Amino acid sequence: MTDEPCNLFDVGHRACGGCGAALAARLILEAAGSNTIVVSSTGCMEVFSTPYPETSWRVPWIHSLFENNSAVASGIVASLKKQGRTEKVIALGGDGATVDIGMLCISGAFERGTDFTYICYDNEAYMNTGIQRSGATPYDASTTTSPAGKCSFGNSRPKKDLPAILAAHGAPYVATASVAYPADFKKKVEKAVNTPGPCYIQVHAPCCTGWGFEGEKTIAIGKLAIETGLWVNYEMENGEVTRVKKVRRKPVEAYLTEQKRFRHLFRPTKNDVEIAKIQQIADRNAERYGTDIVLKK
Amino acid sequence: MALNLGCTARPGTSRENKTGSWRVFKPEFINDKCTQCGMCVIICPEGCISMNEDGYPVPDYDYCKGCGLCAEECPAEAIEMKKEEK
Repeated sequence: MTDEPCNLFDVGHRACGGCGAALAARLILEAAGSNTIVVSSTGCMEVFSTPYPETSWRVPWIHSLFENNSAVASGIVASLKKQGRTEKVIALGGDGATVDIGMLCISGAFERGTDFTYICYDNEAYMNTGIQRSGATPYDASTTTSPAGKCSFGNSRPKKDLPAILAAHGAPYVATASVAYPADFKKKVEKAVNTPGPCYIQVHAPCCTGWGFEGEKTIAIGKLAIETGLWVNYEMENGEVTRVKKVRRKPVEAYLTEQKRFRHLFRPTKNDVEIAKIQQIADRNAERYGTDIVLKK
Repeated sequence: MALNLGCTARPGTSRENKTGSWRVFKPEFINDKCTQCGMCVIICPEGCISMNEDGYPVPDYDYCKGCGLCAEECPAEAIEMKKEEK
């Protein structure tokens, strides 16, 4: 055997095999380094990484409530400032903790201009408690609280655009990333922690259990989300989109058919009306961010 | 179980939990095919693959859950998932 691998996010955590969020946690710490304090709100990542009295974290880590992640982080930032210390503070939350429950405190911290980085690992529902829909659940995804059936095609509302909301707070740096592109994600984390002021990253973290695919497909699904235009990787500096991941787009079916949460769109017969609506969402994304590769003639 | 002050835990204590026992399929690394790109090391959700002195990946089977992500993403197809007899 080789030397023991020493990750700042250590082995032995209880995430499902192939967990996108576990991968995100490790990449975040690889990029941010050991001079980091992490605040983690309740959620999958908190639960699987810290079953008392064990922890996977090798950096100072504190658990907050769903609601007050950013408030706890603000307190730490204030204390570090008073003591003249240089640690970077990262607040970590799932999409439920971020776009639904913790919204108020995040907005407050961004308004105050707190020098911290908020990273949301977006697995598009409350996975820890059993796949309930959140504000980040995409249109038509079936969850336990938006089940598909005779009278429903799943989640009836579109995904909340939190990056835009936080950019509107005047955040100097807002980015979206995906665990399917680890190098890009790490670069963004590095940039965010080194940018003064409140920065936000939303990282797409496919969830094999909640979305219904095999754990080995986590990266492939993440890539498909980007290739179909249903997830866009971009960077926003001072409210302006400065960099976008360009793709040759595939039809959204390529992404939908791979996951059980969209299975109802293809059974018993293919639901062309609903699929067309999802395609429209992808088209709008592509138009808004200019993700399509245009070949010069 | 008695709680510590502030319910603190020592860093990295989750190592006591050997998640390798979850595994059904075991990744086998074929060094002859390996191009040493390091993709498996980067994307392992466990972080349990490391490079040895010769630059080949070595998994820590104490913690590998056998998700198969490394085998799926290996560009050289140098990792094979084999059902494990225990």
